[in-house]
Amino acid sequence: MSDVALVSSPNVGIAKSGENKKYVNELTTLNLGPTHPATHGIFQNILTMDGETIIDSEQTVGYIHRAFEKIAERRPFYQITTLTDRMNYCSSPINNMGWHMTVEKLLGIEVPKRAQYMRVIMMELARIADHIICNSVLAVDTGAMTGFLYVMQWREHIYEIYEELCGARLTTNMGRFGGMERDFSAEAIRKIKHFLSEFPKGLREFESLVKRNRIFMDRTTGVGAISSERALNYGFTGPNLRATGVDYDVRVMNPYSSYEDFEFEIPVGTTGDTYDRFLVRGEEMWQSLRIIQQAMDNLPEGPYHADAPHYYLPPKQEVYNNMEALIYHFKIVMGEIDAPVGEVYHSVEGGNGELGFYLVSDGGRTPYRLKFRRPCFIYYQAFPEMIKGSTLSDAIITMSSMNVIAGELDT
Amino acid sequence: MTNEQIAQDLVAKFGEDKIYGIMENYGLLNVTTSVDTIVPLLHYLYQHPTFKFQFLTDLAGIHFPDAVGQEFGVIYHLHSLENNVRLIIKLYVPLESPKVPTITGLYATANWMEREAFDFYGIIFEGHPNLIRILNVEDMDYHPMRKEYPMEDATRQDKIDALFGR
Repeated sequence: MSDVALVSSPNVGIAKSGENKKYVNELTTLNLGPTHPATHGIFQNILTMDGETIIDSEQTVGYIHRAFEKIAERRPFYQITTLTDRMNYCSSPINNMGWHMTVEKLLGIEVPKRAQYMRVIMMELARIADHIICNSVLAVDTGAMTGFLYVMQWREHIYEIYEELCGARLTTNMGRFGGMERDFSAEAIRKIKHFLSEFPKGLREFESLVKRNRIFMDRTTGVGAISSERALNYGFTGPNLRATGVDYDVRVMNPYSSYEDFEFEIPVGTTGDTYDRFLVRGEEMWQSLRIIQQAMDNLPEGPYHADAPHYYLPPKQEVYNNMEALIYHFKIVMGEIDAPVGEVYHSVEGGNGELGFYLVSDGGRTPYRLKFRRPCFIYYQAFPEMIKGSTLSDAIITMSSMNVIAGELDT
Repeated sequence: MTNEQIAQDLVAKFGEDKIYGIMENYGLLNVTTSVDTIVPLLHYLYQHPTFKFQFLTDLAGIHFPDAVGQEFGVIYHLHSLENNVRLIIKLYVPLESPKVPTITGLYATANWMEREAFDFYGIIFEGHPNLIRILNVEDMDYHPMRKEYPMEDATRQDKIDALFGR
């Protein structure tokens, strides 16, 4: 670390007024994390402080590294879906479906339109779940607890929709290669419609509490700003990049899962500061609602999964009564089906940026190499530059607004 | 601006012995280059007036234990946001000296990506400002993503590959 150089530097602290002279060159090292309520996850920031000002910082990540890329080299493709759940656990359906689409690209499976629309609905719900957490926790970190408690019930509604579709809430393991494992039930449709009609009120209530709140604005405007050039050089994607004014969104640039059918806008910011990131996420939730509304209105009839018996688990009833279904069931579960040789890169717009999957298959039952492009890991390295010269409290809200999810940071 | 144009331009600029292995994988152009060309190549692509590959999406290491002399690979994912074209550049280095020049001078984002590739594969990025492990503990004495390191405990008798179809 460079703190040795900093301590010996004669210029540090010189600008202080006369009565502080005896503290000149006295720097404090402060550990923010690994377990700290404001990091929302386990990672460490070692801050070198001159009084209240951060002079330098160093990040230590990897506290919850679980070797997903190594484990993936040992697992059949369908067992990797559960690993993707545990990356960005605030929006796991996006990770699941990004992985499914990667494998479908490799296998050449054509997904029916209804399944694509269902995926879009679930992915946009996941995006809303991710953004309400990030935005409301940002409000908590600035001292406003109320909004967080109000929007939590809307995340609960989203989790109930997940439950209807896959039975799980947080680590969803939703969908299969080729589509979804079950169709929308009447109850699921009722819950989605209820969410669509009621959530705007909740979101408006949250925004009326926070968005134009003078204290919140003073606290966040101009804090943790980054220019678009630096953000691009640092590999920013997602809302953090869009807050700097770059309209890069994978959903529009490389549409997947029928995103080209929907009409929505990409909100962009101007200054790339904490307040802009908050606003971009807030507006993205409205756009997600628009997409869900369009997908629900135009939800096509038809099958909810592709006819890909080698990869799509047959219904249980058929397994008991149909020889072929039993064979496929056994082969899929035991991972006895070899994938074709190939290299494929596929990316989706995750909750916090471009979530990419680079899959190298050598024709075996498992990937030869699987690299996850985790947006958090890539943009979090800009954090020292963003907080340099700011105060500790500003560093905390900058971190909060960047939406760093420890599970994704460390795989 | 098609993949063919990019490939032709790169071959014309750097020569066929430096740009080879040109292929398309699912619409994505892949080229292979040599270790001494990678930095000028990335600078050329960055500054090119029409290509403008100015976004480094990802950098991945890979290990092929059977490819003698080309055991380790580094895979650069570039993206030209203006043209919305992606490009993959690969290079291979031998096991004895897995040394690749760093590209942190061009892309700040390569810093942690290169540290990750070093951490998992032991690929040395020469000139990197802070080439230490990132996700694993610092006193680890091996590079775990290399193929010779088994994921599971090799001494266990109850996990025989034949029984699990592996």
